[in-house]
Formats: sequence, C-alpha cells, structure tokens
Amino acid sequence: MGIEILGLPLYYYIAMVAKVLIAFVFVLLTVAYATYAERKIIGWMQVRIGPNRTGPMGLLQPIADGLKLFFKEEIIPAEANKFAFLLAPLVALIPAFITFAVIPFGDTIKIFGYDVPLQIVGYYDAGVGKVVDMNVGVLYVLAMSSLGVYGIVLAGWASNSKYSLIGGLRSSAQMISYELAAGLAIIPVFMLVESLSLQEIIKAQAGMKWFIWNSPMTFVAGMIFYVATLAEVNRTPFDLPEAETELVSGFCTEYSSMKYAMFFMAEYANMVTVSAVMVTLFLGGWDGPFVSAIPWLSPLYFIAKVYFLMFLAMWIRATLPRYRYDQLMHLGWKVMLPTTLALIVVTAVAGHFGFYTFSGLFGN
Amino acid sequence: MLGTYLPIMLLILVSLAFGLGSVVFSSLIGQKKFSKVKMAPYECGCEPIGTARERFPIKFYLIAMLFILFDIEAVFLYPWAILYKKLGVFGLVEMGLFVVILFVGYIYVWKKGALEWE
Repeated sequence: MGIEILGLPLYYYIAMVAKVLIAFVFVLLTVAYATYAERKIIGWMQVRIGPNRTGPMGLLQPIADGLKLFFKEEIIPAEANKFAFLLAPLVALIPAFITFAVIPFGDTIKIFGYDVPLQIVGYYDAGVGKVVDMNVGVLYVLAMSSLGVYGIVLAGWASNSKYSLIGGLRSSAQMISYELAAGLAIIPVFMLVESLSLQEIIKAQAGMKWFIWNSPMTFVAGMIFYVATLAEVNRTPFDLPEAETELVSGFCTEYSSMKYAMFFMAEYANMVTVSAVMVTLFLGGWDGPFVSAIPWLSPLYFIAKVYFLMFLAMWIRATLPRYRYDQLMHLGWKVMLPTTLALIVVTAVAGHFGFYTFSGLFGN
Repeated sequence: MLGTYLPIMLLILVSLAFGLGSVVFSSLIGQKKFSKVKMAPYECGCEPIGTARERFPIKFYLIAMLFILFDIEAVFLYPWAILYKKLGVFGLVEMGLFVVILFVGYIYVWKKGALEWE
C-alpha cells in the first residue's frame, strides 16, 4: 500500500501492466487460433478435414503460417506511395487492438487482497469505494472502430493498383454505412441504462437480465447491431472489399509478408472486439449463473460468449453467399437506417409509458 | 482521469511496438530479389494499363457526405439518450421533432436517388 505515484497506489500500476499484457496476449492468441478454427470449422461444414499436417490435428498451423509470412519477401510496388503504404498496416492494426481497453472482461476480483476489476481502463478507487472506469466507454469503442477505416483507405490508395483502389473504396463506403446503423442501434441500450460506461451497462444486465431477451426493443437493436458489425469488419456475407472472384484480394492485393499478415490480424482482432462489444452491450458481459458467488467464473463466461459469437460468424460464412454491392448498400441505408430510427422512437414512446424491460414490467 | 487513460497509452505503445517490430523484423530476414516486373502493380499477369490514379464513381463521395450528416445527427442523439428518463415529456417532444426533421431529410435523399446503385 503506502507508496503512491501521481496520486495512484503502486499496486494500480502493477495491475495495469499485467492487465494490458494479458489482454494483448489473449487477443493475439485468439486471432491466431481463430484463423485455425475458421479453416477447421468451415472444413468440417464442407465435409473436408481442414488443416491437419502441422502438429497434432494441425494445431501448430497458425504458428507455421506466421513463421512462413515472416520469411517472405517484402514487396513495395514501384509506383506506390511508400510512406502511406508502410503506414497503412499499422493504422489498421493498432485501433483493432486498443479497442479492447475499455471492455470489462470480468467482475472485480480479489488478487493478493487487492480489488482488481478485470477491465483495462478500470480501477478500484478506495477513496470513492467503487470501481472507476471510462465514463464514455462506448464512444471510445465507436471512435476506435472508425479509425480502422483509415488503414484500409490508405492501403487501397497507396498501393497504386486498380484492384486495391476499388477494394479500398468499397470497403470504406461499406464500413461507414454500417457504422451508422451500428451507432444508432445501440441508442436504445443507453436509454435504458442512462450511461455510456460499460461497467454500468453490465451492471444493468446483472442477474441474467440480458438485453438480448429482456426487452423487445433491445432484442431488435441487438440483431441489427450484430449484422451491422459483421458488415463493419468485412465478414461474409459482406466481404465485398476482398471479393476474391472479382477484386483478387481487394485493398491488400499489393501487400506481402508481415504487412499482409497485419491486415489479416487486424480483421480477426476486429472480429474479437466487435464480438466482445456485442457481448457487453447485449449478452450481459461477464454475467452468468453463480457469478456473484464465484467471481472467478466471470472471465470464463465472457470468453465463452465471445467465442460463441465468433463461431456464429464462421458459421454464417460457411452458410451464406456474398451480397451484391447494390444489395449491400440497400440493406444498410434503406432497411437498417430507418429501422433503427423507428426503433429509437418506439423505445422512447414505450419508455414514456413505463415499458422499459420485461423484468421492469413484472416488478423488481 | 489519469487512472483511466494511462492504460490506453500503454496498450497503444504495446501494439505499436508489436506492429513496428514485426514489420522491421520481417523486412530484415525476408529475402530480397527485386525486378522491374515484380515491382509492377498486379493486373492478373498482364502489363498494367494506365495508372490507378483515375477518376472513381461519385457515388462513394456521396456516401461519405451522407455519412457525415447522419453520423452527426446520431451523435446528437447520444446525450439525449443518456438523459432521456430525466427529460420527460419535454425531451420526448424535442427529440421527436429532431427525428422527424432527420427523417424528412432522409426521404429527400432517397427520392433524389442518392441511395441508388445501378
């Protein structure tokens, strides 16, 4: 205790470094094994075996892929804008990783007698006697997910190749269109919680009162949000930016070696992050049975839910064909946008007459 | 304040170090055999025709403009959503008017054909 640096106790700094490293490694490992899981799961769904040569059941495949990409030749096209070309993978990768900072991945747990909330930006303030976290957490998530667009636009433009340019343009138009729908779809949640802090949002869903089933408005909002986030991270059926049958590989056509791997990692890290945001906003975050008695269960619940949503995304990829570009824009602008606006109005009016949630309706 | 933003700085540093490190490391150990053809932009194995710095459809620009408009409207809805229970009927009517105006603009954009892709 005792020692304080800049008004914060020493253990805060130790916990901070530990949480940052754990979360970073967790996302990195999840990204690596999501590529393996995706190939394996889609393999099974298409009655194939999937990777099975490197290691038992192909479990070393992500490591082999990573090593291979490390040793590959780095090609920078002669006509490319070199600075932007080198900058783009970093601009795509970093926002994908740092979004995770605000997401609570577990309840407050006691480690060596200290209260440590399992959230990177959260800490236990002994003076106030409660967990302090970023009060604009959701805005931070939206801001960081918008930053990812810059990486893709830069990559598409800097490569000075036609496929890259078209891929980058398509991708940016798609991402901003669906970002709008996603940003509007979460407003009903704020109306029920009256806060943008992710800790507060999870607290409002405690005791299995998850928003996905606790209110019809947030159910619809959750569905729209999930579809919009699939489009935002360029997953099938919205993977037009890298539609390989028409655009070779989209914005990363000219990339090779580790720089290509970084776009790949950014895509999967974004998938982890949007799944985590979906879990936090609509699936109760780390909430689950017996979690108040055994706080150590909370990170397990969180991870299980995130992995379930990622499995769902892979399942969707194996099931659905790709959209056409006009259908994609039609869905984003003419279906989702008016639906979310109507949803906000319905939530506001219903809430005005006292109907917020099912559990609110039946007492408690 | 410091307590919440310091970890983000640390996470940015960690991811920056990881990204820069892997790019620099792979460019050091990767092989380098350059040739003029290899450095040319990829066009399915043919000689590249013209430059990629060409004109592109105005539609993309239009989508970006519309996004800015509607996203700012969405940002206005956020503070209202937080205070919505406290504002009561006043907030409901005000925001109802706001959404109606937003919707009129939206219908105008739709009727003008800005959302059509052929």
